[in-house]
Amino acid sequence: MDGPRDPLSSRAWRALTYGVPLAFLAIFFLYPLAAIVERGLFSGGESSALDVITDPVTRDVVWFTVWQAVASTALTIAVAFPATYVLGRFAFPGRSVVRAVVTVPFVLPTVVVALAFLAILPESLERGWIAILVAHAFFNVAVVVRVVGTFWANLDPRVSEAAATLGAAPMRRFVEITLRLLAPALAAAAAIVFLFSFTSFGIVLILGGPRYATLEAEIYNQAVRIFDLRAAAVLSLVQLACVALAVWVTTRLEARLAVRGQLRAERDVLRKPRTLGEKAIVLGGIGGLAVFLGLPLAVLVERSFAVGDGHSLEAYRALARPTAALLATPWEAVVNSIVYAGAATVIAVVVGGLAAFAVAGSGRRSRGTRLFDGALMLPLGASAVMLGFGFVIAFDRAPIDFRSAPWIVPVVQALVAIPFVVRIVAPTLRAIDERLRAAAAMLGASPGRVRREIDLPIVTRALAIAAGFAFAISLGEFGATVFLARPDRPTLPVAIFRFLGRPGEQNAAQAYALAVVLMAVTAVSVFLAERIRLRRGGWI
Amino acid sequence: MLRADDVNVRFDGKAALDGVSLDVGDGEVVTVLGPSGSGKSTLLRVIAGLQRPDSGHVLLDGEDLSSVPPHRRGIGLVFQDHALFHHHDVAGNVAFGLRMRGDAKNEVESRVRELLDLVGLAGFERRSVATLSGGEQQRVALARALAPQPHVLLLDEPLGALDRRLRDRLLEDLARLFEELRVTALYVTHDQAEAFALGDRVAIMRSGRVVQAGSPDGLWARPADEDVARFLGLGNVRDGAIVRPEAVTVARAANREAADGVVESAVRHGPTVRLRVRLASGETLDAAVSALDHPDPGDLVAVTIDPEGIIELP
Repeated sequence: MDGPRDPLSSRAWRALTYGVPLAFLAIFFLYPLAAIVERGLFSGGESSALDVITDPVTRDVVWFTVWQAVASTALTIAVAFPATYVLGRFAFPGRSVVRAVVTVPFVLPTVVVALAFLAILPESLERGWIAILVAHAFFNVAVVVRVVGTFWANLDPRVSEAAATLGAAPMRRFVEITLRLLAPALAAAAAIVFLFSFTSFGIVLILGGPRYATLEAEIYNQAVRIFDLRAAAVLSLVQLACVALAVWVTTRLEARLAVRGQLRAERDVLRKPRTLGEKAIVLGGIGGLAVFLGLPLAVLVERSFAVGDGHSLEAYRALARPTAALLATPWEAVVNSIVYAGAATVIAVVVGGLAAFAVAGSGRRSRGTRLFDGALMLPLGASAVMLGFGFVIAFDRAPIDFRSAPWIVPVVQALVAIPFVVRIVAPTLRAIDERLRAAAAMLGASPGRVRREIDLPIVTRALAIAAGFAFAISLGEFGATVFLARPDRPTLPVAIFRFLGRPGEQNAAQAYALAVVLMAVTAVSVFLAERIRLRRGGWI
Repeated sequence: MLRADDVNVRFDGKAALDGVSLDVGDGEVVTVLGPSGSGKSTLLRVIAGLQRPDSGHVLLDGEDLSSVPPHRRGIGLVFQDHALFHHHDVAGNVAFGLRMRGDAKNEVESRVRELLDLVGLAGFERRSVATLSGGEQQRVALARALAPQPHVLLLDEPLGALDRRLRDRLLEDLARLFEELRVTALYVTHDQAEAFALGDRVAIMRSGRVVQAGSPDGLWARPADEDVARFLGLGNVRDGAIVRPEAVTVARAANREAADGVVESAVRHGPTVRLRVRLASGETLDAAVSALDHPDPGDLVAVTIDPEGIIELP
């Protein structure tokens, strides 16, 4: 910040924006991570870390984790392709609505997605790798459609036309020009889908059945079912190493594929479908995606009302009654979820917001800032199950026995949400015209006053959006919460999971009903965040 | 010979091309001159096959191209802002068309070298196109389009994005190249100097129609109507006739009685000064004078017109 400044206040502010997030990360991320390392590599016991790694079961789990992630990515791209093509080339009424609606599955809790596919798939496919792949495609299709579709819509069509005038036939143009120029966006989208599929937990745990486990699911199995904390810790480290390797490879790949080309404004690129064939492509691409995304959710809702041969609200009425599956009534789980998610949102917005100020505040992106920025993203790579497990073994004894403290669940949920908050708020802060701050300072505003009068009003909108997403993420958070929620205080995803673990049509119906409630609460919170964005003419 | 025959294109009900017919003879360079939005680029896209006309035909040596897709037409196109392949280096760009027709690798290499020589970029083979200046990118685009020896070369405002001095230099290079290679070319521009410098014939377009076509001298001598005259910079239109600015002589008047008007502005355009004189009748008259000692704004002047310089409009 240029202009007159009050050095004291500035230093205090910097200490706050760097200090709070760093302290939070140190206590709630690095310390549990250290506990995992200690438990995995250094604590005594009859089996060593090497035994765990060389165990054929571990090899099978790693192999399944990798191939299902690769296959899920390929399937997602294939499923998303028609709609991506339509969004990347054609202007049609409702285009922006399609772009918005396609993201709905992505914000849905994984438990809901898993249940939707339990509801729609025939019994023979209900549990197994096919169900897992299809659910991953459902969950991630938005990533490909939005990332690649948006990029495509900015690719200069004249480059492909130039190839045409030089004698390249349509198929050749697509492969040699379009696909090659799309490659960076495709790689970026594929990398995200791969990581999400690699660290998938809720979907695998519910749809995988006993035979199929990813590293995440296996960490949970070892820690909770077999109670082999050593194995769980070693698997956590294997998972962390795999994720780090995958991030490194994809970053290198993206850098190699990057093409500094001419990009054009969407309105110059998109054109209306003219021929009957083009209209059919638009309709088919969008309609096909609508069916793929809409049908499972519709069937899920239908199943929640199904009782015997008819339909009724019985499963919803039962939510108010005590059940053998939980130490609380299901409705209490709804209330718990909302309270926990609310508290998590407050923590995530405060810590993440301060971090965003720190990341964006220093005008030049110094090495220290970049390091800090990277550190904030770490919880994303560490995966939710690992965080939950880390909390369990780190905070289990005095002086820091937090495990049954009521705020432990919001803290871990906030940890998962913070990277998203930073990613949403920091760009807005960076985009504020420096001259506005300078002008305010020249008019006599102190640094603190500049923040209140200039930064805060502009960033409020981004904070509101971030809060909406943090709330939705916390609501659906399953991997970490399942370790930490007390049996008498379950959250919605945990309650759904408990119902699924018990036999009988009644329990299944309750699970479906709770999933519908969870979906509705998530939809409302995201909708409210989107409303703020639309009203203020947002950008994300 | 390239022939566009009564070509019509409508966008959202509005005519972009309205019955355009135009011939380009073998080895001839025709420039299409018109303001932006006059349909020039659409005409090129129709000829290249990138835009389907609503009616009309494009013929090459008598063959109707209607059902021939762009990649089989053998027509080269140099795009406005180049549309280079940023995922290929310079050589990769120039070689593209040769690869498409299946030339052998060593033939491709030598042809690429030959073309880069021709456009003055020898040794640029391995350079990334993103590192080139605007003028260099333009030369690569030209070499790329020329490499597969197209029957006809189309150029869409190829110098539009470049600064004045560079444009003048490339203009000379282009004229030399067209002459040397005896290229059949259709060149679209909104710049009169470019159009007149390059074109064996110039076609003037307005609102989707070709309003006049002819040799540069012919156009200058006989503009088809008042709009063409004004577009060519012949602004003195009086009573259905045009007065050429160089036919107007302006001299300082000794007193008010001897004066025909007063100088409003004097702007130098290279070797000549353009004077605008407000006549007693209230009309203005432009004069082009070459003297260094010319009347200044505010001066009272006497005006004489050489009758040779008056063109009657049809």
